[in-house]
Amino acid sequence: MSQPSLVVGNVNWFKYASPQSFYPLAGAMIPWFAWAAAALCAAGLYVGFFVAPTDHQQGESYRIIFIHVPAAWMSMFLYLVMAFWAGVGLVFNTRLSHMMASALAPTGALFTFLALWTGSLWGKPTWGTWWVWDARLTSELILLFLYFGFMALKAAIDDPRRADRAGAVLALVGVVNIPIIYYSVEWWNTLHQGASVSLTRAPTMAATMLTGMLLMALAAWMYSIAASLHRVRSVILERERGADWLRAL
Amino acid sequence: MSWASWSDFFAMGGYAVYVWGSYAVTAGLILAEVIMLGIRKRAAKARLAAGRGAGMP
Amino acid sequence: MLTALRCVIRRDLLLAMRRRSDVATALLFFVIVVSLFPLGVGPEPNLLREIAPGVIWVAALLASMLSLSRLFAADFADGTLEQMILSATPLGAIVAAKVVAHWLVSGLPLVLIAPVLALQFDLAQPLLPVLTVSLLLGTPVLSLIGAIGAALTLGVRGSGVLLSLLVLPLYVPVLIMGAGAVEAAAVGLDNAGHLLLLAAFLVGAAAFAPWAISAALRISME
Repeated sequence: MSQPSLVVGNVNWFKYASPQSFYPLAGAMIPWFAWAAAALCAAGLYVGFFVAPTDHQQGESYRIIFIHVPAAWMSMFLYLVMAFWAGVGLVFNTRLSHMMASALAPTGALFTFLALWTGSLWGKPTWGTWWVWDARLTSELILLFLYFGFMALKAAIDDPRRADRAGAVLALVGVVNIPIIYYSVEWWNTLHQGASVSLTRAPTMAATMLTGMLLMALAAWMYSIAASLHRVRSVILERERGADWLRAL
Repeated sequence: MSWASWSDFFAMGGYAVYVWGSYAVTAGLILAEVIMLGIRKRAAKARLAAGRGAGMP
Repeated sequence: MLTALRCVIRRDLLLAMRRRSDVATALLFFVIVVSLFPLGVGPEPNLLREIAPGVIWVAALLASMLSLSRLFAADFADGTLEQMILSATPLGAIVAAKVVAHWLVSGLPLVLIAPVLALQFDLAQPLLPVLTVSLLLGTPVLSLIGAIGAALTLGVRGSGVLLSLLVLPLYVPVLIMGAGAVEAAAVGLDNAGHLLLLAAFLVGAAAFAPWAISAALRISME
């Protein structure tokens, strides 16, 4: 029987679909991403606090966006990636893909929470209340529930194979619904507010502010990769317990 | 952006609670996640070792 | 195939009629929850008139969710579900028929009783048809989406609460459009858009949910 292969540059990349091959690969990659995250974060914070000017309307409180926006972006992006790997696992029946989806969820949920927390702390001086029902924050809240649902479903099912596949269906249903949820909430928000209450910055953002935000976003991305790779290694250790190759570790 | 002094920097134009509240919680939670990652890895390895000790095939 | 589907619907309706208390409990829950709100927020008529669409919609959502675990549980327990999966009739069609029967028993009564409850809130007369239509379009969507959750959590411990956690975020667009339709009509804005979107949700859910439900059932039954 011939194994499927994806040979690029003399390497059959499909071999990394096995937990055994992926484990050391992930281990080698983590430090790179971790250091990249640290460097980008340092650069982003420097630009955010020492280069970007004070905002005329919001004073210094706007500096929260250097966390809020990257966290919000990552929360959505990680859900997409999670759903992608869950889908790959469903279609190709590769358990490593499902493990990767499981590994991404907690980090995604963390960023979602941070987006909500920083959004709340930003809303208080800007709008006077600790919670603002604007479209983005409300969508983030629902996204948090979607993450929790995914993690809860996987935790509740004992059989790992059934848990993987049920979680995958849920993640895919969620990913299809996210744009619908976002646009419904936007519609709801514009209907109920007179003036537009939004935490998104107007297009008049100074270039330095944007730079700081992008640097922090990249830092968050590198961090997410490092954290997920680390977590997936633990998941592999937990789930491949009977395997021979683990004895060598 | 040049701050007049360190105390100005920490005061953040009066918004210190909000700005530093955000950054502190973020740093704290990221740190917590990193620590929990370490704990999980160590627990997984310990369980493996224990399993091997008990004579797992 | 249509005879098979008719059979499934008839069977489910028959079984539901034999356990009328299940049906009645969900309906009673709906009525009680709606009645709780004035007790919580005070009897001020203006306030009640304003919150009526939202309150009725949220209560309908919760009542609809309560009855979801019943959808597959009985068939799962006695082995009928396995037969349905193995049968020649496409599982998606069977599942759609089951959801139709479920809606007839759990959703439609809510639609019929909602205008009466709306009167408790002194909702303006012209708004009652809008409320009814919004629920008529929305409750089937709730049944379809909820069925996905029910299929995923089949036989799982603590499935009742887990089901709510899974399904409520997905209900949000339906809630926004449904309650929004009535609220828009209340302030004199055009609500055709809301109702059309609800109809679109219904068509979309009817097209895609049976597929997701079948996939989930197969996964749960392995």
